[in-house]
Amino acid sequence: MVTSRRDFLKQAGWTVLGGGLIAAFVELPAGRAHASAGGRTHLYAYVVDTHACIGCGKCVEACRAENRVPEDAYRTWIERYTVYADGTVDVDSPHGGEKGAAALGSKNIDRSFFVPKLCNHCKEPNCVQVCPVGATYVSREGVVLVDEKHCVGCGYCIQACPYGARFINLTNHVADKCTWCYHRVLKGLTPACVAVCPVGARQFGRVQDYHGPVGKLIKEARLQVLKPEMGNKPMVFYKGLDKEVR
Amino acid sequence: MACEVLTQGFLFPNEIEVLWSLMIVLYPYITGLVAGAFIVSSLYHVFGRQELKPVAKFSLVAAFAFLMFACTPLLFHLGHPERAFNIMFTPHFYSAMSGFGYIYAFYLVLVLLEIWFVFRPDIIARAKSSTGALKALYWVLALGSMDDSEEALRIDHKITLVLAAVGIPSACTLHGYVGFLFGSLKSNPWWSTPLMPVIFLMSAIVSGIAILIVSYYVIMVIKKQPVDNTCLKSLYDFLWGFFIIDLTLELLNELTMIYAQSQSYPIIARLTGEKLLFSYEILQLAICSAVPLVVLGFVSLKSMSDTMRNRLGLICSALILIQVLAMRWNVVIGGQLFSKSLRGLTSYAPTFLGREGILVAFVLFAMPFVVMYLFNLILPLFENKGEEAQG
Repeated sequence: MVTSRRDFLKQAGWTVLGGGLIAAFVELPAGRAHASAGGRTHLYAYVVDTHACIGCGKCVEACRAENRVPEDAYRTWIERYTVYADGTVDVDSPHGGEKGAAALGSKNIDRSFFVPKLCNHCKEPNCVQVCPVGATYVSREGVVLVDEKHCVGCGYCIQACPYGARFINLTNHVADKCTWCYHRVLKGLTPACVAVCPVGARQFGRVQDYHGPVGKLIKEARLQVLKPEMGNKPMVFYKGLDKEVR
Repeated sequence: MACEVLTQGFLFPNEIEVLWSLMIVLYPYITGLVAGAFIVSSLYHVFGRQELKPVAKFSLVAAFAFLMFACTPLLFHLGHPERAFNIMFTPHFYSAMSGFGYIYAFYLVLVLLEIWFVFRPDIIARAKSSTGALKALYWVLALGSMDDSEEALRIDHKITLVLAAVGIPSACTLHGYVGFLFGSLKSNPWWSTPLMPVIFLMSAIVSGIAILIVSYYVIMVIKKQPVDNTCLKSLYDFLWGFFIIDLTLELLNELTMIYAQSQSYPIIARLTGEKLLFSYEILQLAICSAVPLVVLGFVSLKSMSDTMRNRLGLICSALILIQVLAMRWNVVIGGQLFSKSLRGLTSYAPTFLGREGILVAFVLFAMPFVVMYLFNLILPLFENKGEEAQG
């Protein structure tokens, strides 16, 4: 049978279109697994007790040592909030709080407290959604990670993160962030920051372990998350979060 | 290591350095010129605006030349440019950015095809009139198809019409999409607005028309040929019309932010009033928007001598080119000058040298003009009246 050029082009067009549609439908579930919480388990959670934190900076130091975090970049940091009697608010975090906090001035202070920050390992992470190459992904355990061998270093994830938790690592030129010390967690250890905290202000554990430090708190305590209006559903929860904290 | 950055208030520690640099300002600027130039060529090819014939071919080639370099600023910015093609090999379709490679590639093929069909009569004519290696070159450019019969040219024209028609939504998609990259980021209140894609699109069209006006005028002066005043008048009219829409959208966006007074407004007000005082309030709005808006109105509506109209039109086009560049700067850089804690501001000044410096930006911006020059050596960007008369 002789196929005319017109028929050939028609058939080729339908084949490409059909193939494309099939590929799209095959791709979708895999894409969704990366981009949303659908069907994924979020095994772990992190709880910060802002009443307990003393701003010593040991956590920031331990994180840097454990993960070889470059100078001037932070996978975790501590912010100090000072609310004065006249209603003004000062926030500072010199060197990410790594070297502790300087003494406060003599101005009339209503309250002052420390707030440790880190990647929130959100259930609906913006950073994962926007990564154009799928280099930022969510692990089976629900930990948000970066494949440093695949990341193109465009920085879109950094712009998309509402918490300022990401940075470009100038040693390998890819996006970097807290991994909850994934390498330690897989061995049954806690993240370095949690392990060194002298006052237990940072807690990490399984969400479903109701006898553990985190599972019990999540179940019973009244916790908050940062910027809930973003809809990212963070898995880092805060105890005693002040309205001034963003 | 970068030098000490001047900051005010509190920023998250990873926010001190501005991440998206001058290169990311240049990227939407060049992409915008593509879209605008293509729209002008389509006004002739699709909508039959005969008065634009003198710049019809030029605008198409200009769109192609800018398109060739639209991605290069990104490559200079990427931490791993050698992995750039990951965006097409392993796309993550939930990302707005992942579509770029496909949209870009589709548009590039479309523009190339249209150029081929539009220039086919020229290619065949030159193939026939030249000898030796040149003849071979034109034969290759014609892809061996030397049929310039009336019937063949009629089919060419039909195909061009279809390509140009498909090209209009493609051009709009390409640039609306660039605006979407910013507008869809809910983490940044300076970027996050549904108006962003439309503003980017409109500013793209005005910048494209403006660059064509300036380039056409300058090239004609260099070639010592008279400009086509009817063509330029039409371009001024289109420029004014699209600029009114563009500026209205930009001001509506600003007005909404001021009126809504949301949580982020105090820092936005400081951003525009302090950090972007010159580049936004003075340069983009007061000088480069207000002046062209009024003067182009006169140029379009009032009768005046061709010389006066061209002088005013040229000045306005140059101002609009600066306006759009300033707009890109204010969006891209401005959006990174305040902290997502909404409590502090940082600073940014591009370096002159370096991978993402001013010199590289100038070279990248000049390259499309080099492409146009080289193209003109092989095929005519403009109808040469003298040559036609001799022929």
